[in-house]
Amino acid sequence: MTKMNDPLLRVDDLTMMYGDRVGCKDVSFELRPGEVLGIVGESGSGKSTLLRSISAQQEPTKGSVEYQTRIDGTRDVYEMSEAQRRLLMRTDWAFVHQNPRDGLRMNVSAGANIGERLMAVGDRHYGNIRSSADNWLGKVEIASERLDDLPSTFSGGMQQRLQIARNLVTSPRLVFMDEPTGGLDVSVQARLLDLLRGLVHDLNLAVIIVTHDLAVARLLSHRLMVMQQGKVIESGLTDQVLDDPQHAYTQLLVSSILQN
Amino acid sequence: MSEMLHAQNVSKSFTLHTQGSVTIPVFNDIEFSLSAGDCIALTGESGSGKSTFMRMLYANYTCSSGSINVRHDGGWLDITTASPHAILDMRKRTMGYVSQFLRVIPRVPTLEIVAEPLVALGTSRADATAKARGLLSRLRIPERLWQLSPLTFSGGEQQRVNIARGFIADYPVMLLDEPTASLDVDNRATVLALIEEAKSRGAAIAGIFHDHETRDAVCTGSFDVTSFKVGAND
Repeated sequence: MTKMNDPLLRVDDLTMMYGDRVGCKDVSFELRPGEVLGIVGESGSGKSTLLRSISAQQEPTKGSVEYQTRIDGTRDVYEMSEAQRRLLMRTDWAFVHQNPRDGLRMNVSAGANIGERLMAVGDRHYGNIRSSADNWLGKVEIASERLDDLPSTFSGGMQQRLQIARNLVTSPRLVFMDEPTGGLDVSVQARLLDLLRGLVHDLNLAVIIVTHDLAVARLLSHRLMVMQQGKVIESGLTDQVLDDPQHAYTQLLVSSILQN
Repeated sequence: MSEMLHAQNVSKSFTLHTQGSVTIPVFNDIEFSLSAGDCIALTGESGSGKSTFMRMLYANYTCSSGSINVRHDGGWLDITTASPHAILDMRKRTMGYVSQFLRVIPRVPTLEIVAEPLVALGTSRADATAKARGLLSRLRIPERLWQLSPLTFSGGEQQRVNIARGFIADYPVMLLDEPTASLDVDNRATVLALIEEAKSRGAAIAGIFHDHETRDAVCTGSFDVTSFKVGAND
């Protein structure tokens, strides 16, 4: 049994080098079920590199990523077989990309986009898959009659919500998000934030969210890590880091926000 | 009465790295205690650091040294050294905070925002919503606004939403930052009544009140932060 306070994910001393260049360096943290961790920093600070290395998309140069699996207990994800890792990535984990085109298949229907992930975990009953897909469209506020439409006919905000539905249909416990509200209008962003927060709470999701938008980080995350030049330079309770930043770079980031 | 919060030897300074790394000392060696049934007014002139001290009590600001212990979960939690998890749990179950600012996700209805702290504590959505309705009525927010986001409301209405949200759960410790600042006479009276009710159920309250009348009406004591300002006794 996984206990409430046991970490779901443990990242230890993670370092990713590109030759002599640092992607991210010496990053360690733990994440519990239901906990949202924000990673902030300017572009090029190593946020996305870190996210890729944690989410088994890019093997790090050094360090470990341990995950509390449902069946086998705690496992180092880079010591699993390729098949085990792939199964983990499409069942218990989910990855929401900034650009929905990177996370959707644009040439199959919305319903098929959601159903595909279910079929990947062995669901074969057409009626079940279709009703599951329809149910998820409802949860992300897309009308049922769009079930058979191609995602390319959707607006950017709808595509992003479809990507979330596709990811969450297998009931993952850990979701990685890379600038999920990045390319969206402000009004669409608000709707997506509201939706994400509701889903995180209702499904007790653990989330690692990379964003350069400190307002998004404040509204969604419990804890923050601030990155600069590949290193975590400050971390802690979200409102404490944003309202009483200790590090020079965090102070610069916070003081650069435009007030409205 | 039983002690609920105890700040000991607390000092605070800000170092502004973006402005030539100047260090601004604020407080030295604060001693502060709050017991069940207390309502202590934090006093001092504008700019003396009342809000800063209150934010330290909520662990929104760090302390440079010293300890702040809060009675939580049957023991004492030092919030100056506690983990983020422990602080979030303390805020969820023990300490409420009515701030002057409403920070919410756009689009979320007022009723839901007010009910949320109770839902987080495990109360059913129906019961939490019923209590939220009661508070919003008492604070004279018209029912036609309940399904709208409070971000479109006037300053006074937003403040009353903040108050409703702060008072919906019966927190053992409550921090109130100018809860009556921009309210009319009737609503001010309602807030005073809410504070009295919280006191009589045994809440330990610290507040910043801009007017003497409010302070005289509900406070059991006062705490002048000025005497702990750095340089105060030079």
